[in-house]
Amino acid sequence: MSELIKLVEADNAARRNDIPDFNSGDTVNVHVKIREGNKERIQIFTGAVIQRKNAGSNGETFTVRKVSNGVGVERIFPILSPNIEKIEVVRFGAVRRSRLYYLRGKQGKAAKIKEKKK
Amino acid sequence: MTSLYNADGSSVACTLIEAGPCVVTQVKTVENDGYEAIQLGFGEKKEKNTSKPLAGHFKKAGTTPKRKLVEFKTFEKSLSLGETIDATLFTEGDFVDAIGSAKGRGFQGVVKRHGFGGVGGQTHGQHNRARHPGSIGACSFPSRVFKGLRMAGRMGNNRVKVQNLQILKVYPEQNLIVVSGSVPGAKNSFVILEK
Repeated sequence: MSELIKLVEADNAARRNDIPDFNSGDTVNVHVKIREGNKERIQIFTGAVIQRKNAGSNGETFTVRKVSNGVGVERIFPILSPNIEKIEVVRFGAVRRSRLYYLRGKQGKAAKIKEKKK
Repeated sequence: MTSLYNADGSSVACTLIEAGPCVVTQVKTVENDGYEAIQLGFGEKKEKNTSKPLAGHFKKAGTTPKRKLVEFKTFEKSLSLGETIDATLFTEGDFVDAIGSAKGRGFQGVVKRHGFGGVGGQTHGQHNRARHPGSIGACSFPSRVFKGLRMAGRMGNNRVKVQNLQILKVYPEQNLIVVSGSVPGAKNSFVILEK
């Protein structure tokens, strides 16, 4: 049976190859397709990845957090969603855990993520 | 089960169903049986696990022994004995109903079995009846409990029909169809699909 599931998920597997490697702590530009009536345009959502859930599965999602006008905004994207045009990694962050929920309580300099040393 | 994306980018949960090949094992007619129906067989079975009367039944249709036999009273096509049908019977975008037997849940209380809300909260002197049914009737009149009152008991393992599942994809080579949503029963169990 699992062979058949792989067959159905084959399209998604192909799309997975176009996704860059990124992890929690990294800053990404997510190019999101937005439909307004018949028009389609691209909006860029930039922020820090604070978690990746159900990694490797068909339903994998990641959460991007940014602070917009002093208000914290978090968006959860299905990683294989056709509404995502592309994902760019802007900078790699050095963090010590995979779920960065602690950022929610922090502001300004305290919410800064150190850049990973190459 | 897995998930697929719609044209508008929303994710849809879906179930994979192996729909065929099904063999017509019997054609019932008004003259012979008093009603019109078509009997379909699906799934392979070993010869040694087949009883002799059934083995004869399959031999008549000219097929190998099948695991599941189901009768359909009003079939859209007229089929003859021994004919095979497969997943191409379904087209993408169609709506089907799925009938199967639900997973057995064992002995369950009223909250899970009938969706009761349980009794009250945790305060006001209550401590041991959170998931209880509450009162089951009045006092000296009628001085009995009405028949059919919903109580705890065996749950599941009954016939369940889920209506209007959309067919998202058809794979004719694998005899596979993908329907939206879930179907009754455990993995690898049988479901009947009706258009």
